[in-house]
Amino acid sequence: MEITFYIAAIIAVVSTIMVITRLNAVHALLYLIVSLLAVALIFFLLGAPFAAALEVIIYAGAIMVLFVFVIMMLNLGKESVAQENRWFTPYLWLGPGILSFVLLIELVYLLATDSSALSSAEMITPQQVGVALFGPYLLAVELAAMLLLTGLVGAYHLGREEPEEKP
Amino acid sequence: MLASIPTEHGLYLAAALFLLGLIGVLVRRNLIFMLLSLEIMLNATGLAFIVAGARWGEPEGQIMFMLILAVAAAEVAVALALILLIYRRFGTLDADRISGMRG
Repeated sequence: MEITFYIAAIIAVVSTIMVITRLNAVHALLYLIVSLLAVALIFFLLGAPFAAALEVIIYAGAIMVLFVFVIMMLNLGKESVAQENRWFTPYLWLGPGILSFVLLIELVYLLATDSSALSSAEMITPQQVGVALFGPYLLAVELAAMLLLTGLVGAYHLGREEPEEKP
Repeated sequence: MLASIPTEHGLYLAAALFLLGLIGVLVRRNLIFMLLSLEIMLNATGLAFIVAGARWGEPEGQIMFMLILAVAAAEVAVALALILLIYRRFGTLDADRISGMRG
């Protein structure tokens, strides 16, 4: 039963590595969708089926479709791939990469030294989430609604065609 | 028949995904790829919240995940509109070519 978690975790990490090393944007998107699906499986294993469904529908569905539309509109093509290939040289990212790796090792050490707590994974049903969401967290729902409306108006305003300037 | 996954292992996975996203933001020069890496980081944060919620058996973790989802959706909409604007105005998505200010 636990082996499914580790397989999904390995799939998530490997596909995320593929995302940040692909040169073609559409290939990276496909790998990112695989990574999100693996994370959704992990949510399900952790007893959060509602979050797993939201991950698949909103992240892997809606947000990735937005990315695909914009990539099709931009039509970046071959010279963009060549440019990324030129920038993909080690001397730029070796320093930050090594420092981040040291941080990862430190975090793993800190978590490994206190390995007493095991997750008592019990299912949290969508009903519990809904009751909490519309009980004590009603203000957060309102704030999320305002945020999404702001995002809609902002994206429309930024994305429209600029009017021709009068000479 | 739920698996009893150690909490640390879920947090390791979240930390690894977050660091991969951070490395992506630092390494890539194309704005589309930087935005994808930001999405990876947000997703890793949501995973950490879900793991914590499963650890204590509370629905608050999933509520935080939903708020992160709403933030990610709004952020992606605005950022993609900005990318379209930048591409229309500068003709490139190279973050180094558009980093200079016109002052």
